[in-house]
Amino acid sequence: MSNISIQLPGLELKNPIMPASGCFGFGREFANLYDLSKLGAIMIKATTVEPRFGNPTPRVAETPAGMLNAIGLQNPGLEKVMSEELPWLERFDVPIIANVAGSLLDDYVDVAREISKAPNVKALELNISCPNVKQGGITFGTDAVVARQLVEAVKAVSKVPVYVKLSPNVTNIVEIAQAVEIGGADGITMINTLVGMRLDERTGKPVIANGTGGLSGPAVKPVAIRMVYEVYKAVEIPIIGMGGVTCAQDVIDFMSAGASAVAVGTANFVDPFVCPKIIEELPKKLDELGIESIKDLIGRSHR
Amino acid sequence: MIQQERMTVVQQEKIAKNIYELTLQGEIVQDASPGQFVHIRVSDSFEPLLRRPISIANINKESREFTLIYRAEGRGTQSLSQKQIGDEVDVLGPLGNGFPVDAVPKGGTALLVGGGIGVPPLYELSKQLKARDVRTIHVFGFATEDVTFYEEKFSTLGDTHYVTVDGTHGTKGFVTDLLEELTPEFDTFYACGPLPMLRALENFYPEKQGFLSFEERMGCGIGACFACVCKTTDKVEKDYVKVCSDGPVFAKGVVKL
Repeated sequence: MSNISIQLPGLELKNPIMPASGCFGFGREFANLYDLSKLGAIMIKATTVEPRFGNPTPRVAETPAGMLNAIGLQNPGLEKVMSEELPWLERFDVPIIANVAGSLLDDYVDVAREISKAPNVKALELNISCPNVKQGGITFGTDAVVARQLVEAVKAVSKVPVYVKLSPNVTNIVEIAQAVEIGGADGITMINTLVGMRLDERTGKPVIANGTGGLSGPAVKPVAIRMVYEVYKAVEIPIIGMGGVTCAQDVIDFMSAGASAVAVGTANFVDPFVCPKIIEELPKKLDELGIESIKDLIGRSHR
Repeated sequence: MIQQERMTVVQQEKIAKNIYELTLQGEIVQDASPGQFVHIRVSDSFEPLLRRPISIANINKESREFTLIYRAEGRGTQSLSQKQIGDEVDVLGPLGNGFPVDAVPKGGTALLVGGGIGVPPLYELSKQLKARDVRTIHVFGFATEDVTFYEEKFSTLGDTHYVTVDGTHGTKGFVTDLLEELTPEFDTFYACGPLPMLRALENFYPEKQGFLSFEERMGCGIGACFACVCKTTDKVEKDYVKVCSDGPVFAKGVVKL
């Protein structure tokens, strides 16, 4: 059997599979279904300083091989995440990657400083790419200079390695990736959702109350693979790839393009058991390919 | 306990215009209760991608079967209506919290109010209430005669009144019009249907105990995606509830209508 463990800054991963932020809440719903210790890591729902209710409904709309969402970073706020959600997750043998969001630079710094103190938070994921909140993180994710400044400020206060979640809604994602690397990021997670819109057939108006939403699911995988492929060539820091992953073959594709680990997003909504299923399927797939260590997959598209 | 199972289609029948009655067999049936729903993946491909939430209308634990009644409207439900006897469908469930059957004392009376495709979960509820010696009064509203169903079945369980908006079947108007006329005596009401109907009922019976089943666009169906949240009233501590996992049934006064 192939070895599927992976070491990344701050993260000792039993396997390279983790649920993506926003697609797994804080794990409670899935803990009723399977042992969360099976997962490589968990990227918890974005946390902001204050609680957020999020956007009006409808918040989701199905699209061909995908879905749009505009949840609006609903979360119970930093205090509750620190006092309730993270301690609850300590019962599982799994590293937590805390997704940090905000409107202003100081918001990110405040959340990062506190949340990185939690014993099971082994890394942060800076959400500079949420397309669904006004004056949200997206402004940090589309301007290389601003992105770099934010990473520098967060790095100065975080007790754990800092990964930055990149937006695909930019002209040149490589430029942003390089900027956050210079800013001191320990890794990159990519991609967040693509801004999209679906119209109601009868009224011609957007289905989602927010108007636009973030597109995810199998439909976005080719875009994500292309972006991981390009960023891998341009930076030294590791990439956690995501975008439309539903099976072990998708994981192999992302790692081939240059990802060191892979997050599963929308597929958790379609099949809540998808992560353990992929973890079980992955070694078999690697055996079929004659690959002994999963590390040999990383970036093989480029060799 | 929530399970994922490939259930087998044992029956599929069109019972009204665009309304289908689908009977599935499998182990998930054993845990199901009235007012709960299942989340169905109608295709093994990515088209459509998401599951479809459908309420459980009738439960038969002995034969390991339950019945779902749904309206074939979009791509997903249309594709579901094409399933044949012997086909397998990927079902996640049972999901959510159903109607509290024991909220009415034995010998008491329950008023069941349904609107359109909100009527089906009230069938299993009515059966279970009757089994507990609770008298049931059914007041159901539909758009037009073509889309009505189960009138005979409900009639065997209790007093049954059908209303149509266009007057093509039963009384003309909305359920509240008929309730005004009937002035039924009851202990508790249970309702499932469109929001305006639920809102009207809450206002109609401010003093009565009531339970309302809500419908909202869902993603995951298990409480993880936050697609189906509703704001709550000041009467409850939480700011919001998720229709899929906290509901779909809530006591009257919980959800801000």
